Amino acid sequence: MSVPASETSHRIGGGFLDPRMLGKSLPEAMRKLDPRAMVKNPVMFVVEIGSALTTWQAIAHPSVFAWVITVWLWLTVVFANLAEAVAEGRGKAQAATLRKAKTTTAARKLASWSPGNAGPETEVPGTDLQPGDFVVIEAGQVIPGDGDVVEGVASVDESAITGESAPVIRESGGDRSAVTGGTRALSDRIVVRITAKPGETFIDRMIGLVEGANRQKTPNELALSVLLASLTIVFLLAVVTLQPMATWAGAAQSLVVMIALLVALIPTTIGALLSAIGIAGMDRLVQRNVLAMSGRAVEAAGDINTLLLDKTGTITLGNRQASEFLPVRGVDASALADAAQLSSLADETPEGRSIVVLAKSAYGLRERHSGELGGAEFVPFTAQTRMSGVNLADGHQVRKGAGSAVRKWVRDSGGHPTDEVGSLVDAISAAGGTPLVVAEHVPGRPARTLGVIHLKDVVKDGIRERFAELRAMGIRTVMITGDNPLTAAAIAAEAGVDDFLAEATPEDKMARILAEQEGGKLVAMTGDGTNDAPALAQADVGVAMNTGTSAAKEAGNMVD
Amino acid sequence: MSDTWAGALQVAALIFLLAVSYRPLGDYLAHILTTRKHLRAEKALYKTIGVDPEADQTWGVYLRSVFAISAVGVLLLYLILRVQHHLMMALGMPKMQADLAYNTAASFVTNTNWQNYYGENTLGYLAQMIGLTVQNFVSAAVGIAVVATLIRGFTRNRTDRLGNFWVDLTRVLIRLMLPFSIVFALVLIAGGVTQSLGDHMTVVHTVNGDQSLYTAGTGSQEAIKLLGTNGGGVFDANSAHPFENPDGFTNLIEIYLLLVIGFALPRTFGRMVGSHKQGYTIVAVMAVIWLGSLAFSTFFEMHHHGLDLATGHAALEGKETRFGIPASALFMTGTTLTSTGAVNSTHDSYSPLGGGAAMVDIMLGEIAPGGTGSGLYGMLVLAIVTVFIAGLMVGRTPEYLGKKIRPAEMKYAALYILTTPAIVLIFAGIAMALPGETARMTNSGPHGFSEVLYAFTSMGNNNGSAFAGLGGDTTWFNTAGALAMLFGRFLPMVWVLALAGSLARQRPVPESSGTLKTASPLFAGMLLGTVLLVVGLTYFPALSLGPLAEGLH
Repeated sequence: MSVPASETSHRIGGGFLDPRMLGKSLPEAMRKLDPRAMVKNPVMFVVEIGSALTTWQAIAHPSVFAWVITVWLWLTVVFANLAEAVAEGRGKAQAATLRKAKTTTAARKLASWSPGNAGPETEVPGTDLQPGDFVVIEAGQVIPGDGDVVEGVASVDESAITGESAPVIRESGGDRSAVTGGTRALSDRIVVRITAKPGETFIDRMIGLVEGANRQKTPNELALSVLLASLTIVFLLAVVTLQPMATWAGAAQSLVVMIALLVALIPTTIGALLSAIGIAGMDRLVQRNVLAMSGRAVEAAGDINTLLLDKTGTITLGNRQASEFLPVRGVDASALADAAQLSSLADETPEGRSIVVLAKSAYGLRERHSGELGGAEFVPFTAQTRMSGVNLADGHQVRKGAGSAVRKWVRDSGGHPTDEVGSLVDAISAAGGTPLVVAEHVPGRPARTLGVIHLKDVVKDGIRERFAELRAMGIRTVMITGDNPLTAAAIAAEAGVDDFLAEATPEDKMARILAEQEGGKLVAMTGDGTNDAPALAQADVGVAMNTGTSAAKEAGNMVD
Repeated sequence: MSDTWAGALQVAALIFLLAVSYRPLGDYLAHILTTRKHLRAEKALYKTIGVDPEADQTWGVYLRSVFAISAVGVLLLYLILRVQHHLMMALGMPKMQADLAYNTAASFVTNTNWQNYYGENTLGYLAQMIGLTVQNFVSAAVGIAVVATLIRGFTRNRTDRLGNFWVDLTRVLIRLMLPFSIVFALVLIAGGVTQSLGDHMTVVHTVNGDQSLYTAGTGSQEAIKLLGTNGGGVFDANSAHPFENPDGFTNLIEIYLLLVIGFALPRTFGRMVGSHKQGYTIVAVMAVIWLGSLAFSTFFEMHHHGLDLATGHAALEGKETRFGIPASALFMTGTTLTSTGAVNSTHDSYSPLGGGAAMVDIMLGEIAPGGTGSGLYGMLVLAIVTVFIAGLMVGRTPEYLGKKIRPAEMKYAALYILTTPAIVLIFAGIAMALPGETARMTNSGPHGFSEVLYAFTSMGNNNGSAFAGLGGDTTWFNTAGALAMLFGRFLPMVWVLALAGSLARQRPVPESSGTLKTASPLFAGMLLGTVLLVVGLTYFPALSLGPLAEGLH
């Protein structure tokens, strides 16, 4: 998800420190001087103890040197805390933005729900909702908690969490059923089954992450801490054992000098900034709308060798769209476009709408409203007929659909489908598209095929360049799709992925990930469907789309 | 021919010999450590001691085996030293004092060979041969077995089996140490090293009357003393004694022997991990440190503004005129950068900075090329630390030879680099705080402190060379020294074997374009920097009170 420029303004950006931020963070930095908090950072804890000891020495035996060292040491400790406090402060500012979205709302809870059979409604506070509860949301209302849509379709404004202003469609069933608490339904009425416990919703977790409250140390951070701690111990020993040696040499040093030497030796710079760096890293991710469930995943993401992508929604726009009208010989292209548009006027599928759009953009055909065609009878698509169309009042019939079904209809209506249609259909299939044959039957004449609509899976703009960048980084990309191998190969070539897995079942995806991992590779997987969940869980980094199902989001360790 | 030219030629000849040995010896060692075939003699031995040579051990079992043979070694040697007056060829020597016997047993089993006694008037021949020499062989082979296990940690995947200690030990002893020692013992004897089981030899001396000289089986002990980077001489004067090291030829052979296995092991490593370049990178770092240290100490010995004007500004006090200064510095550099600790000159008499260089050599942790096995595993641990630091800069999880360096690996590497400095500094610090023990120094001021610091640096790092000058045969020094040697030897082994176990459990990471290239001059430079930085910062405060204070005065 990219963030539109206009939406980034309310987010807290990176960049230089500004003095106000420092001023605001100072009290917090002082609070962090509490030894119980400092002990989490062994290096700085040692410095703090050193500071306390030099302070005591400076008071007991005042000297300019002792006071200079004392002040300098305290500055070191406070600066380390300040760095952390500033990083946290940024996170808190972000969290405040998120909290606005999390205003407590009244939820309209249903006592029970089964398909088409809703129980009585009660008002409860949104925070009381438990997983398994059903709630009703109507246009204009805020969704009270995370869950899956079980009934209805609605457009939802998710800008509060994604920063994207365009509303998204959330519907029951399928891969776009998850809704997030704090977002707002803009239209229609949906019933949602709550899936998150109060306090553990997506927004809650996001707030926790940016505030650094439940930030876990990443493996590399842990390993670095181990190294820093061991160096600190070595230097501590070097300084402690120095005293008897120096005493023997007749050059016993004061405690202040010893502490100054120790602080100069131990790795204070990295030690001081380590946690601030960690917080800033998480912050960056959140700014890019990625929610990392664990630090481990963030680091693993840097080591990925193979990236498996679910085709729909990541490589392609997700809907097949009409890209071309291919008329048979003797038929004018605009006649075909006209017939195609007629047959699709009542077709509310994305494919149907794209035919109307293409007819308008390519042939300038004005979109007619169903009302203009008095007495027209629309024939909906069914799995049995495998075609849809319209019967106009004057007896003019138009059909579009799968090749074999439409040809059968032409023959039944007294026409003779030409062989040319067959070759057009094959060519489109070979190119990875879906062919829709269009035919018409004008009263008094034999039915005839007009041509073929090329429905194409549209590859996202710029995705090819993105894959080239990944390749340069040493990451292989593999497209996963349920399409047949022919279609998959064509899309893979267009998008520029390195490899593809066609007609993939959830088992195939798992097997592929396991095979890659067997060779020692780190595998990332993106997906949004419930059937992706096992693969997302198995992958070293599972990136679930925020638009995806709750199961997918639960299985992944990053949500985009 | 001047000393300088002779020295330069000796260095050139030595480098030539080591370069020629690198490939065949390294490959042969790799073969020994990886082949599936057993010699008939080995099979018979396995049967006798009841070992199944095909059964690989986990790192824990491997470690217990190392502990077992070492514990038995300490007890056995202690016993021999305590009852040596009842043994054959005792030459009328009395039994050794308990604390000294304990110190000596720990010293030889840990490959340190710190000697708080005078060999020629303390030990009978049998105690030398079945006591000390046996441990010289075993302790050297144990080091190679442990590094073989660490290398297997890199080469094996998703397993907890790292090899069989008894097989590794037997093979290194039978196929490497024994034949090589026999050949080089003969070479040394041909060069004039004594070899005798007879009683003291009486020499008619012109001025001071007759002398009764201890001869011993010196040649047979000398070869393994150096080949196994042990360093415990038959005589107190060690390789400065004409019976151990008669002339320039034997001197060269001895320096060659103490370096050859250490410098060939990177080849073994490269062969076992399937990339000779990895071996070259490691050996290059070792060679640079060795040459740098050699140049440094030779320079300070040749340009000493000390007392001995007759030698033309060179510091010849405490060195054998047979060898001259360059060959003494060459021996010193080799012996302190390996865990040998044999000496052909008195390090106490070096110029402050020259002697300081010897101390820094040991403080580096015996890694250039280090003791047999222990040098390479020390260097590999530092390579892991280097990979980790460099890897974080690249932004990927650091990996070395296809294995990730995760918190577990880092923990063991950090413990490794922590252990030896801790031992050295704690013991040296305590010694300086005890008034009775500081009185044992023969020098006052910074030089006296250098003696104590050197002693514990040497024992903690299992080097065994002495700065001399320190009267170390007291109950406290014997006991503390034995502890320093035992901890300094076996704690790092625990971390190394645990590290090997952790690495072997991983599944390998394929190399990609984002992987840090560890077979490159750049990496060698980073590794060198890490070595110097870790050591420099740890010991700098202490060094500044000893050699630096004296040398810059």
